[in-house]
Amino acid sequence: MKNNEEKGMSLIVKTVTRWLKGFIFLFGAYIVVFGHLSPGGGFPGGVVFAATFILLTLAFGREYALRKIGKILASELDSLGAILFLILASLGIYFTGIFFSNFIEKFHPSGNFKLFSAGIIPLCNISIGMKVGASLFMIFIILSVVRVIFEDGKGKLITTEKKDKK
Amino acid sequence: MIEIVIGVLLVFMIIGSIICLETRDLLSAIIAIVPVGYFCGIIYLLLGAPDIAITQMVVEVLSLIILIRATIRRDLTTIEEERDFFGLVSTFALIFVFFIFGMEAMRHLPPFGTPSFTLNPSAPSNRYLMMGLKETGAGNIVSSVILDYRGYDTLGEATILFTSILGALALLRVYARKRGKK
Amino acid sequence: MIYYLCFILFLIGLYGVCCKKNVVKIILGLWIMEYSVNLFLILLGYRKNGIPPIMSKEMDVIEFYKKAVDPLPQAMVLTSIVIGLGVLALMVTVAIRLYQRYGTFDITEMKKLKG
Repeated sequence: MKNNEEKGMSLIVKTVTRWLKGFIFLFGAYIVVFGHLSPGGGFPGGVVFAATFILLTLAFGREYALRKIGKILASELDSLGAILFLILASLGIYFTGIFFSNFIEKFHPSGNFKLFSAGIIPLCNISIGMKVGASLFMIFIILSVVRVIFEDGKGKLITTEKKDKK
Repeated sequence: MIEIVIGVLLVFMIIGSIICLETRDLLSAIIAIVPVGYFCGIIYLLLGAPDIAITQMVVEVLSLIILIRATIRRDLTTIEEERDFFGLVSTFALIFVFFIFGMEAMRHLPPFGTPSFTLNPSAPSNRYLMMGLKETGAGNIVSSVILDYRGYDTLGEATILFTSILGALALLRVYARKRGKK
Repeated sequence: MIYYLCFILFLIGLYGVCCKKNVVKIILGLWIMEYSVNLFLILLGYRKNGIPPIMSKEMDVIEFYKKAVDPLPQAMVLTSIVIGLGVLALMVTVAIRLYQRYGTFDITEMKKLKG
């Protein structure tokens, strides 16, 4: 199997990726954090996060990206985002008695359109972004660790995952 | 003016989807669906929905990568044979019935450019637009609708995403575990 | 007029789902149907010479209310697109499993569906 040894793409792609990955991640973070003031929010920002890691996977090969953010860490981030969103929703019951109620102070003292305003909306945006980004990256990992080899007229499924259980 | 531009882009989308469905090479078919999505994103931008335009553009790239994962290193050319006559006729009859009902339903819609919340003063969008900034403090009304007024929907969406990943993981892991036992 | 074009796009997707024999073509047909449904919801909420439903500092609330497009379909479609990506991944997974079991993407070749 030649495909197991090849590590990513050519030198040009790797260099450009090394320069660009930080900017793409920063753009995703900007979209998530300013989601309540400008176009954007948790969903587009999460997809941009996932695109960053998928770019790393495509350019440097699977092992590099999995070393940066492992499968366990991705699933933990996924679950953490969901639980954070649920906790934020449930805290509304504790403070005001209504599920999903906006219990934090909604306005900055010096007026509207500040970063720290809108109550729980920025926090919910961050948790949703975490959840969506980790989920989509998980999908890509799942699809890339398992591949089907076509030989002798029969498809055969092999996994290139490390056998950590057995 | 904007109707003509959107109409031309929609015609391009229709042509792209026909090419995508009728071409014989699977890889060409998958690549032909990407311009359809990009035109869709441009239409969203023209219709005053920048949030969705950003999402559509990035999702398009990811869907291309996922679909290429499905077909890479497989037999790429497909032989499209005709289905039997009866099946084809019944399919077109179904599509024709669908067409008739859709046309009948579309005659009762308000004309393009007048959304239904302007005709109905008790529609929820009126309240979102008028009181959105005062009640939630967020300038982006779409964001306040997603996360404040209608948070249940977002919770359900997170559940669906989680379930789909769980399904994909379960479907691909069964065989590997069986091999490990042998 | 634009509604009809959008409906034709939906019918093309339906044709792909019903008539094609390749699993990947069926997935692409479903994906086209999803485009057209999302686009139709956004088209319903458009207002003539409308502005995006995002307020800025120098904008008055009454003026904003008179000009903005409908925010409710946009919120629904925003979640729907991301769900669509997850469902697409699930469908691709099923296609990969079918290929691994039968060695082909053609659904008429898959006769042993009973197990």
